[in-house]
Amino acid sequence: MRASTRIIAGIVAVVLIAAAVAAFAIAWRPAIAAIDPPDPQSFDTALVKRGRDLAAIGNCSDCHTPRGAKNFAGGLPVPTPFGTIFSTNITPDPETGIGRWSEAAFRRAMRSGVNREGQHLYPTFPYDHFTNVSDEDDRALYAFLMTRQPVRAAARENQLSFPFNQRLAITGWKLLFLRHDTYRPDPKQSAEWNRGAYLVEGLAHCGACHTPRNALGAERVSARFAGGDVDDWHAYAINDQSRSPVPWTADALFAYLREGWHPDHGTARGPMAKVVSNLSSVPASDVRAIAVYMASVSGTTPGRAGPSEDALTRARTASQTNSVGASIYTAACASCHEGGRPLPYGGVDLGLSTAISSPDPRNLANVVLSGIDAVEGERSPIMPGFAASMNDDQASALLNYLRARFSDQPAWADLKKTIADARRTQTVFLQTSPAPRNAPADPQQREKP
Amino acid sequence: MMTLKVNGREHQVDAEADTPLLYVLRDDLKLNAAKYGCGLGQCGSCTVIVDGKAVLSCVMPMVLLEGKQVTTLEGLGTIAEPAPIQRAFMEEQAAQCGYCIPGMMMRAQALLQKNSKPTDEQIRAELEPHLCRCGTHMRILRAVHRAARLMDTADALPAANGSAR
Amino acid sequence: MNAPLIIDRRRVLAGGGALIVSFSLGSGLAQQQDAPAASAPSPPGSLKASPYLDAWIRIDANGVEVFTGKAELGQGFKTAFQQIAAEELDIAFESLKVTTADTRLTANEGYTAGSNSMKDSGTAIQNAAAQVRALLIAEAARRLDLPAESLRTADGAVIAPDGKRLSYGELVAGEMLHVQAQPTSKLKDPATFKVIGRPVPRVDIPAKVTGGEAYVQDMRLPGMLHARVVRPPSYGAELTECDTAAVEKLPGVVKVVRDGNFLAVVAEKEFQSIKAMNALAAAAKWKETASLPKQDDLLNVLTSLPSQDTTIFERSNAAVAAHKTIEATYTRPYQAHGSIGPSCAVAQFVDGAITVWTHTQGVYPDRQGIAEMLRLPPASVRLIHVEGSGCYGHNGADDAAADAALIARALPGRPVRVHWTREQEHAWEPFGPAMVTKLKASLDDNGRIADWNFDVWSNTHSMRPGGAGSMLAAQHMAQPFAVPAPRPLPLPEGGGDRNAIPFYNFPNARVVHHFIAAMPLRISAMRALGAYHNVFSIESFIDELAILAGADPVEFRLKHLDDQRGRDVIEKAAQAFGWKPDQKRPPDRGYGFAFARYKNLAAYCAVASEVEVNRETGRPRLIRAAAAVDSGQVVNPDGLINQIEGAIVQSMSWTLYESVTFDDTRITSIDWQTYPILRFNSVPESIDIHIIDRPGQPFLGSGETGQGPAAASIANAIASATGKRLRNLPLTRKRIKEAIDA
Repeated sequence: MRASTRIIAGIVAVVLIAAAVAAFAIAWRPAIAAIDPPDPQSFDTALVKRGRDLAAIGNCSDCHTPRGAKNFAGGLPVPTPFGTIFSTNITPDPETGIGRWSEAAFRRAMRSGVNREGQHLYPTFPYDHFTNVSDEDDRALYAFLMTRQPVRAAARENQLSFPFNQRLAITGWKLLFLRHDTYRPDPKQSAEWNRGAYLVEGLAHCGACHTPRNALGAERVSARFAGGDVDDWHAYAINDQSRSPVPWTADALFAYLREGWHPDHGTARGPMAKVVSNLSSVPASDVRAIAVYMASVSGTTPGRAGPSEDALTRARTASQTNSVGASIYTAACASCHEGGRPLPYGGVDLGLSTAISSPDPRNLANVVLSGIDAVEGERSPIMPGFAASMNDDQASALLNYLRARFSDQPAWADLKKTIADARRTQTVFLQTSPAPRNAPADPQQREKP
Repeated sequence: MMTLKVNGREHQVDAEADTPLLYVLRDDLKLNAAKYGCGLGQCGSCTVIVDGKAVLSCVMPMVLLEGKQVTTLEGLGTIAEPAPIQRAFMEEQAAQCGYCIPGMMMRAQALLQKNSKPTDEQIRAELEPHLCRCGTHMRILRAVHRAARLMDTADALPAANGSAR
Repeated sequence: MNAPLIIDRRRVLAGGGALIVSFSLGSGLAQQQDAPAASAPSPPGSLKASPYLDAWIRIDANGVEVFTGKAELGQGFKTAFQQIAAEELDIAFESLKVTTADTRLTANEGYTAGSNSMKDSGTAIQNAAAQVRALLIAEAARRLDLPAESLRTADGAVIAPDGKRLSYGELVAGEMLHVQAQPTSKLKDPATFKVIGRPVPRVDIPAKVTGGEAYVQDMRLPGMLHARVVRPPSYGAELTECDTAAVEKLPGVVKVVRDGNFLAVVAEKEFQSIKAMNALAAAAKWKETASLPKQDDLLNVLTSLPSQDTTIFERSNAAVAAHKTIEATYTRPYQAHGSIGPSCAVAQFVDGAITVWTHTQGVYPDRQGIAEMLRLPPASVRLIHVEGSGCYGHNGADDAAADAALIARALPGRPVRVHWTREQEHAWEPFGPAMVTKLKASLDDNGRIADWNFDVWSNTHSMRPGGAGSMLAAQHMAQPFAVPAPRPLPLPEGGGDRNAIPFYNFPNARVVHHFIAAMPLRISAMRALGAYHNVFSIESFIDELAILAGADPVEFRLKHLDDQRGRDVIEKAAQAFGWKPDQKRPPDRGYGFAFARYKNLAAYCAVASEVEVNRETGRPRLIRAAAAVDSGQVVNPDGLINQIEGAIVQSMSWTLYESVTFDDTRITSIDWQTYPILRFNSVPESIDIHIIDRPGQPFLGSGETGQGPAAASIANAIASATGKRLRNLPLTRKRIKEAIDA
């Protein structure tokens, strides 16, 4: 974060605190009485099962089960421009988790971002989306979480600078950005579209990553799904500004979200890998609904038909040049990406790669440097990382070569800095972020030529 | 022709820019330790050290090696004067068929050069790119811990002879 | 399995009240021994087939050399053999040299397989060494004119009471050791062992950890060329078109070799051969046939193929009445050996004779196959074993040897090195066969097993060479050799029915082997053969019965086992693990136990394990295992521990993760992405092996004994952790999650 932004943010925050203090009466939330942890047997099995699916759609484990931690025991450091916030323990442990939370307390947290004790929660917990979750779904989520294995694991102290370490500041944020209205169906649309909209805008909180944020960390309503940042990855624009060489369709989205890969778009990786691995276990109808809704959001831009077969062939058969980038490509990339192997194991046809066409080179840098790790014991794509093999100049040469050969976009600016940053940030990301719990779906059947 | 620095010596190598380092090491320089396992960067058998970092030589084109220092297992020590990591693997008898072992040793060596006291968890995480089919993993872990101790202590003198004698 | 195929069938003729055993040795055996007329009983181990002492031990002025027809595969028995010979010969360990399988130099010991190397070759070397030592003492006694009893041996010499030394090299003259072994030897008292029973460091490790030339992959002969094969994309594919002109012009390319569907390219440098292989593969057009069964329905695929059914065990006791009966079906998919180093061989064809350096497990059987393929007399074919990457059974080694031979014949004079690609090894190796077992058993009123029914469906478990038809190159030639008809491997060792007969004492029992001749996928021997799945099935089902009986799994096993050595390993493993009936488990953890005696006649092994299952993801993790093993007389305890440790880790990988995948035409598991095996994050926290040494008892071998018990122990621990029984291998995260969620 640049210094000027920090100063402005600081001033704004102080103003917000003042406003919040003034509004203390409305900001204050009472504690909700602690309960004895409910007997897991007291919850209806079908309700728990529904809660399991909803928790997967909500991608809860991504933040609440960091690498090496017990399920839902929290502790993931979430870096923000304002400092590091740690995810909390949402197992039913009575002391360190939510074992003493009543359903009402849980629902209030989801709706208003306030914990049982009455403290305001930082909006890294995406309650600005969870306001849309229905009572019924909150009940199922509650039933699911309260039937998990309790884990004793105290939450780590957030590391925030003043004034962001004042929870009162959150009330100001909420006044500005939190809408308390719940999702209302659009009668003009199909039930499937409405189901998708309910999930996308609510529990699935897609915008939390894919919508850019303002200086105070709130999603910019005017730029919905125009592409955002998460964990030093670029969450691609998934509205009409999408740069994917082949436009997304509902079918492609469904397959991608469900299976973890699509021949026209490649394999989900980075933070999205966890999202799709969660979505692989939920009812197909919900994933289909999300796909239908998102396809309508991204729309079909006139004139965007995807690259012609000619263009792809040209890129594939580009004459070998003697450039450094070309040599690196031939020895390090082509053996897989031109190996004729179908996805998800063959490496995407780079002419179709969104990472290469994207205005933001970070995802390509991240993947080239860090590769794709094997998923434990499951058929999964593996790509070796090249961080140790290439210095920043060499990685830049490769990325420039890929950009020039496989996209019709202008060269990226400041690539070397992107690469240097990616080296640093990905090391942290890979150490803390949970491993995808399962691999992209195995096609089983080879695609017939 | 290009100059390649391996184990402290400069070699003039007649190889194209896109030739993976592995084949130059094995074919031109007649070095045995880096092994072909998959050629796809999936198994770790071909690992060597380049400028202090473990790299997969099967997907490391020659063009990346201009001005860099390559170290292979041969460059660490010999049977008569084994390096601590080699001594550790001998003392722990950390091999069955041993085909994967040189790659593992090179990654472990690179780790120990930057972190002389790695935890068990760190060693496991570091060795994650490496496959062993014989199931020698427990011994490999013990050998890396032993190597850390050997490198750490002043008496990490070469064994008189680390072999079976 | 043993390899009785090469030695002509032994004929046992009863006459005059004595057994007369006659042999006919493989004609290529270097010594060209005449058929010996041994008298009964025959000498032990492989001395039976190769009775001349100098087939095993040769002594000259330069020193003492020990020969074995077995191949070192990374099990470390080259070191163990050296220990045995040093012990019985009274010679310093390091002054010995051991030479392994070579058709010009060593005895024909068939295959290095079935955990038989210690039993066959170790026993032969031990007895040969003891007898050689006796001969040397006798010779010294003659020369010194002293009674043999007054002489002793030490450090490679016979020593007289006055201190006079005659070194072995001085004593051996002429054909002194070219004598047949006696049926019995005067072996040393195990109590006096100085080398046997010690954890001597392995002789092969120093080179392996310092970049020495340790493998056939490391061979570099003068003028050697590099070859790569372009395999068909699927079984039975036919090469319809291949314009090789462009490939022949590529830099370094020496030759494109095409013979029917066999296609290969040879180049001066290795990477040139790889580039040429890729170009050749792109130029080749194939006609493929969809011939593969449904991968996700192996249960029905196998049980509906025609089978040859044999009741291999039957026992009845009508007095015992069944009270409660359960039944279950277990399945195992095709699984891959998955050597880390793809198969490799070097061959050189000079003056009508060929030499092949190979990591085959059977130099003699392979020689027969290659001779047949090249239509050469076996005497013109020499196979020399050089270590390769671990094979765990019949992998691509023999096929690579045949590839190298066929290519080298086209380039007389030049040594040719063939190295398979990762994809070729995964797609073309002969897999461990899929299996189905159906079990049904009852408890009596007292909670004991009253009856036991076991049916196993499987292919043969060995399609090893012996003839050319077993080798890919010979199958793909324009004039192909037919794949030989598969045969069930004979009991007591068995193949698909290995360990199918329960080792427990059940009053009523029936075991049926359904041998399936049709082989939809290319299969052959994989470590432990049928024992892996049979022990997994039996030992899982024993736990199911123990649960039905409300009994502790360890006590339940002991209740049905009379064999004292078996009981000892069970009790030792349970004690080492800290097993207690009704022990409290941490949440989501389970304890499992399993036991088997390999082949019901070799080593005993019991494994206890602790597994954690993540209830949200289904992911299993082996936390720790404790095992006990009784392999008879222990030669190298560290080597034995290494084998059992490795067996547990490898079996865990097979059991939790592994299955070959295919569509209707092609194998689709062709690398480590598509055939995942365990990586370091799945490695347990500890594995604790306890040996029960049996001094003076026969060597029982150890390489394969752990596979079955480890699998069942882990399966039982998963059942204990989740309350759900998984019966279809592999016990994947997905299957466990489905079971938990069901």
